[in-house]
Amino acid sequence: MNGITLELFVMQMFTGLALGTVFVLMAVGLSLIFGLLTVVNFAHGAFYMVGAYVGVFLMGVTGNFWVSLVLVPIVVGTLGLVIERFLVRPLYGRGIDYPLLLTFGLALVLVELVRIIFGLEGQSFDVPEVLSGAVNIGVGYFPLYRLFLIGVTSFIVFALWLFIEKTSYGLIIRAGARDPEIVRILGVDISKVWLIVFAIGTGVAGLAGVLAAPMRSVIPDMGSTVLVEAFVVTVVGGMGSLVGAVVAGMLVGVVVAMTSLFWPSLADLSMFVLMAVVLLVRPQGLFGQKGLMG
Amino acid sequence: MTIKNENMSSAGLSRRKIIKGAAAGAGVLAASPFLLNIAGAADDTIKIGFPVPLTGPYGSEAKEQALCAQMAVDEFNAAGGLNGRMAELLVRDDKLKSGEAAKRTQELIEKDKVHFVAGSLSASVQLAVNTICADREIPYVSISQSDAINEAKNFTKYTFHEAMNPHMTAGAVGRYVFPKEGKRVAFLIADYAYGHEMARGFKEAGKAAGIEIVAEVSHPLATKDYSTFLPRIQAAKPDVLCLCNFGYDQMNSLKQATSFGMKDQMRMVAPALLYNQRRAGGAAAYSNVIGGTNFYWGLEDSIPSAKKFVDAYRKLNAGAPPSDYGAYGYAGVGGLLAAVKAAGSTDADAVIAAMESTPYDLYKGEQHYRKCDHQSVQSVYIIESKAEADMANEYDVFKIVAEDKASEDVLRSCSALGLG
Amino acid sequence: MNMSNLTGTITKNRVLVVFAFLLIFPFLAPYEALATDVLIYGLYALGLNLVFGYMGVLSFGHAAFFGVGAYGTGIAMVHFGVHWVPSIFIGILMAGLTAMIMGAMAIRTKGIYFAMVTLALAQCVYYIVYHMGELSGGEDGLTGVSLKTVDLGFTTLNIIREPLSKYYLVLGFVMVAIFIFSRIINSPFGSVLEAIRENENRAQACGYDVKLTKWVAFSISGLFCGLAGALSAIHLSVVPIESLHYHQSGLAVMMALLGGMGTFFGPFIGAMAFLMLEDIITTMTSHWQLFLGAIFMIFVLFFPRGIWGSILHWISRR
Repeated sequence: MNGITLELFVMQMFTGLALGTVFVLMAVGLSLIFGLLTVVNFAHGAFYMVGAYVGVFLMGVTGNFWVSLVLVPIVVGTLGLVIERFLVRPLYGRGIDYPLLLTFGLALVLVELVRIIFGLEGQSFDVPEVLSGAVNIGVGYFPLYRLFLIGVTSFIVFALWLFIEKTSYGLIIRAGARDPEIVRILGVDISKVWLIVFAIGTGVAGLAGVLAAPMRSVIPDMGSTVLVEAFVVTVVGGMGSLVGAVVAGMLVGVVVAMTSLFWPSLADLSMFVLMAVVLLVRPQGLFGQKGLMG
Repeated sequence: MTIKNENMSSAGLSRRKIIKGAAAGAGVLAASPFLLNIAGAADDTIKIGFPVPLTGPYGSEAKEQALCAQMAVDEFNAAGGLNGRMAELLVRDDKLKSGEAAKRTQELIEKDKVHFVAGSLSASVQLAVNTICADREIPYVSISQSDAINEAKNFTKYTFHEAMNPHMTAGAVGRYVFPKEGKRVAFLIADYAYGHEMARGFKEAGKAAGIEIVAEVSHPLATKDYSTFLPRIQAAKPDVLCLCNFGYDQMNSLKQATSFGMKDQMRMVAPALLYNQRRAGGAAAYSNVIGGTNFYWGLEDSIPSAKKFVDAYRKLNAGAPPSDYGAYGYAGVGGLLAAVKAAGSTDADAVIAAMESTPYDLYKGEQHYRKCDHQSVQSVYIIESKAEADMANEYDVFKIVAEDKASEDVLRSCSALGLG
Repeated sequence: MNMSNLTGTITKNRVLVVFAFLLIFPFLAPYEALATDVLIYGLYALGLNLVFGYMGVLSFGHAAFFGVGAYGTGIAMVHFGVHWVPSIFIGILMAGLTAMIMGAMAIRTKGIYFAMVTLALAQCVYYIVYHMGELSGGEDGLTGVSLKTVDLGFTTLNIIREPLSKYYLVLGFVMVAIFIFSRIINSPFGSVLEAIRENENRAQACGYDVKLTKWVAFSISGLFCGLAGALSAIHLSVVPIESLHYHQSGLAVMMALLGGMGTFFGPFIGAMAFLMLEDIITTMTSHWQLFLGAIFMIFVLFFPRGIWGSILHWISRR
């Protein structure tokens, strides 16, 4: 391989880790719902896309990136709340296939609604002035905006970890994931907890969408690849494991980065090979608990 | 092979049953009872099938294609049609999938009995439509870019390619850019036929200019995140970066390369710079990018046919000018109908002969179909994307900087295509 | 005759009932190419139904078998000039082989993980075929799988010009497949599948080799989907790369569910409902996905038995 210097290698490694945080950001909402509710949210990519469009809309109204950054997860999370209450809840206890299939249909509906409301044309969404440009990180120039994303992702993961591990709500969530029956018998309204988890998961998906908007084109189909990437990260990391999602996201980022350097056209294959290998060696994923689900 | 025989007899049995039930009379075995009579469709409307991806990521371009194709049909009808025979455009959604397009084209031919087919907005979809049409001897005018459709493997006498091909556009952009911007050239190539076709066009033009290729990175089609492909290019310190990708891939790679600060370090060029994509991507991402196009509405100042087309479109669309892909739809169907008029019939062979022999000027100056591969020979316009501050209004996105004149010399030779 | 007798009669003669219907179907469909598509996708969903409906295991990787069947047949015809009949069997065998390999890896997992592993493995197949260059045509797909005439000995079918002949040619293959499928379901093997669906642990305790059964069922299912793919290559004259995409896997799941998983007619009813609905809605509005998605959600929420399953249930309750 000519032209590959140590400097480039280090830069590539860093790029991979940064890309990993983008993967984590995109996967964490799915992972949360997947792991705690055992609902495979096939509409995850659609919520991500809705987040980007709500962001575009709010940018148009308020003209302020930061305001939309705060409002988007609230708006999308509220949408998630309504969907859980009226569409997903009737399906609990009917087996894992049904919520999956329902959200598959839901994704089609959400994408088409956005097409009707915003039109077929892509929407432009520029990087806010303060975060634009590249900074020298010693081995090369790196976009400031991506460094900002690393910060945001760290904050979100930390906040979620605190919520799940350190609050009484989190205790119920964790208990509910293991044995909803017992929790119910103890007199806890588990459905309320699931409602909140679903809302948080979709809210984070929406946030990921608006954060991705300045880097990627905002179009109604933008969620379809994200869904698959998020699945890979979640499954590799192990369901219901926040640590797993973070480690897996980073791992996938680095694997993709290294493949891009040496065999660039196989970059998208690499993550599926990684996923297949992990699943065959350790079917429950790197940090998943065995027997969490049938 | 016993299984084979079983299958065959069962197929034969069902067929016999049907013949008994559906077609009366004996001796039908020799003549086919189900023969589709394509030429003798009962009503005498001239029907043109038009499969384009109305849904999917390029829906806005496809809508433009259909709109402008309808304009061409309306103009033909307003001028009296073919001795009173009116034309009709049958638009179908191919969903940007070649399987769907193949099925839809079969529907158009079998059920709607179209005389001609035009359309498509993807290299792969047009090849599928081309196969279906050629097998059924229906002339097909492709309005989407591809080199492969001109090659012996896919070309038939029914195949026409109205759109530019990547060899033309990349070549034209290369001939303009390399002498001006420098010899160190890097390539970012979408890893599919069309991407590599564009790169080949650049390299061909680069040979004459004596370029040095300092990096060549191919990325999977429809990649969303380009960050892992960019450091390698940046490290090679090129003068020019050729983006050999299309549409949203181009937009995303451009946006992300800009955020890496690469626009200050090198000149970015793209073989096909799309009007709708530029408007969706925003001025900041595209500013100073040089590319090629078949058409930009600014041509109205210098070319009479362009002025006529732009004016007509504006009248129908509240003052908004037409886009490049819309213009393809207009020229593809308009050129076809002009040939129908010249041939005086809808007979496939007569229309093909007319298309081969008649130059046309519908929207951008004179064009003609090269005899050996039915590629439309046309000028390529070199454009530069304007910065926000230089735009007079929201439609004023490009500046025309040069014209690569229509000439068969810039195409790949007929023998290189395997066509004698 | 009372209603439950009616269902009994239908079930007993299900193969004949399907045959009778499919014989007249092209005269009911909007156009022949669509009718042929219904046959192909009905068979595809039928193949999936063996594991999804009868065995109760959700696979999201069946596009691999459909796609490999199509590419196997297409490549044999285009690049090696093989006659179309052996080409179809080459496609089926390649699909079966793919299913055996994927199945051997995937049966180690259960539940939702099974769906995910099959998805990941099928995506690998997608990329492998994508990168086969000239052989598969990559993104452009495989073009030129043109079967123009079929010599049946006593007559020649001009299937390019006579879409109806093409329908009956495809139907010939589909009927044989349906007949074989019915025999499998009625066999003791079929009963083991249903035992696994009802309670895997109990089936294991009864002495059945659950893993082996799953693997065999998965492989057989791949053969049926492979035939569907092979027929689609002949039908479309092209093999698009998207026939290997995971959306294609999702399509089979949607059709089986819409029609009624675990029922014999279900997949065909599902394919028919799906494709005809799509065809009709597409011509009326470009927002067809809205209606498709909504209908799908309504089925999941209110008619989980699917169209045919709900009809059977309704009849048997009378």
